[in-house]
Amino acid sequence: MVEESEQDFSKKLEQLYRNEFRRVLATLIRLLGDFDQAEEALHDAFKAALEQWPQQGIPENPRAWLVSVGRFKAIDKLRRDSRFDTFDEIPAQLDIFIVNPEDEQDECLEDDQLRLIFTCCHPSLSVEAQVALTLREICGLTTEEIARAFLIAPKTAAQRIVRAKAKIRDTRIPYEVPAHEQLPERLNSVLQVIYLVFNEGYSASSGHVLARHDLSAEAIRLGKLLMELLSSEPEILGIVALMLLQDSRRAARTTSEGDLILLNEQDRALWDRDQISEGVALVKCALSLSGFGAYTVQAAIAAVHAEAPSADKTDWREITGLYDVLLRIYPSPVVELNRAVAIAMRDGPEAGLALIEVLISQGQLEDYHFLYAAQADFHRRLGQTDQAILAYQHALKLAQQEPERRFLQKRLAELHNK
Amino acid sequence: MKYLCLVYSEESLLDTMPDSDCLEYDESIRKSGHCLASEALQPVHTATTVRVRDGKVSITDGPFAETKEQLAGFYLIDASHLDEAIELAAKIPPAQVGSIEVRPIRPIREMARQGK
Repeated sequence: MVEESEQDFSKKLEQLYRNEFRRVLATLIRLLGDFDQAEEALHDAFKAALEQWPQQGIPENPRAWLVSVGRFKAIDKLRRDSRFDTFDEIPAQLDIFIVNPEDEQDECLEDDQLRLIFTCCHPSLSVEAQVALTLREICGLTTEEIARAFLIAPKTAAQRIVRAKAKIRDTRIPYEVPAHEQLPERLNSVLQVIYLVFNEGYSASSGHVLARHDLSAEAIRLGKLLMELLSSEPEILGIVALMLLQDSRRAARTTSEGDLILLNEQDRALWDRDQISEGVALVKCALSLSGFGAYTVQAAIAAVHAEAPSADKTDWREITGLYDVLLRIYPSPVVELNRAVAIAMRDGPEAGLALIEVLISQGQLEDYHFLYAAQADFHRRLGQTDQAILAYQHALKLAQQEPERRFLQKRLAELHNK
Repeated sequence: MKYLCLVYSEESLLDTMPDSDCLEYDESIRKSGHCLASEALQPVHTATTVRVRDGKVSITDGPFAETKEQLAGFYLIDASHLDEAIELAAKIPPAQVGSIEVRPIRPIREMARQGK
């Protein structure tokens, strides 16, 4: 009996650690004003919990306990090497000795997570640094895990994180939720990081596929956390919906050998219905709010695909209409290309081909293999084999990722055998 | 915390900007108490670059590096954090035609006094 309850207890502690360490860290960064000191204090606080809780029991509010203990451990340390580093640092360091009960109230703690997100995604940091820091400080990934997920050397990942922390400290990037008028722009930077993390996991095509899949799950989790903290922002709902709807097709989008399967050839029975209904509900909610943007419209397009019973029964009229909206919000040649593909589905390949020829004549997307893959596909569907082969060869020259190259090679082989 | 805002711009573009715009902002940032020093520079053709190698002074005409955008002036400001510094820098009129590099000041004298 005793052994079992000990096991229960350590399980409970583990769960507590998983649930609380992010929040506790976010608050300690605010209270101590320094990422490294906060990480150390977090470690010390959990160490103290492991020592004291088995005897004294878990306190009523474990989060507040961990924050208090972490802070006092940090103060202790500062007292021990009490020579202040520079005159400049005195006021900042004195602050942490003053314990304000409001500092540790739950509402304030929720804000700390938001502060941490905005600080890690501050646009004065490089995007690579924003991504690495977010995964390290908010998602709690280790430096090794980040390196593995992004196929970089652990040393490179560690360097990015160290430099980002140094820039936050030396340029004094504030630990604050941005003011209302700066919120849209700063939020964009956060959403960009989330979507980058998601895509890094979603388009995993080489290396450790499993480790990279976790990135998509991490991005969705991060999006949902942001949704909880800033519920009134439609684009947050939009990006979470977009990620859920794309992720719902994960099991259907590659063969067991890792080859790509196009949307219209996927086995729709493999699509994750729970993720689809969650995503669709979020899109509807986002579209009903004012100020939705490109993520929401892309999610709406994904939702139309998700709800079509088969590729033939897709509502292409609805989809081309949504691309028109997207083009107004976010004019870009990539969106024009996607719109051309949708129009080809609605009106036939000639219509798509005409739009693609306009893009080519404008010199847009010259290095983008999807442009030539789409052109090839239209020629193929029109029975223009020679032109299709030329365009597939062009696309193959530009394609980088192995599954995409295999797909193009397969199409070429089919045409040569005709 | 002190930040130096370095104002960079193509000189031809800067010439299209009336001095009165710059003077107006200069006056307002000085009044706000955020400005510790600010100056505009003569055009880059007046620049002289000085180097000392092996104790020998070498003097060359022109700036340290030939770039499209030239250093045109600076503001030394006092701001409580980077976001405030960015907000002040964004209002410097040449930001509309050129760019402002915001760099925190390294407290080199204070650190030397501390024996670090």
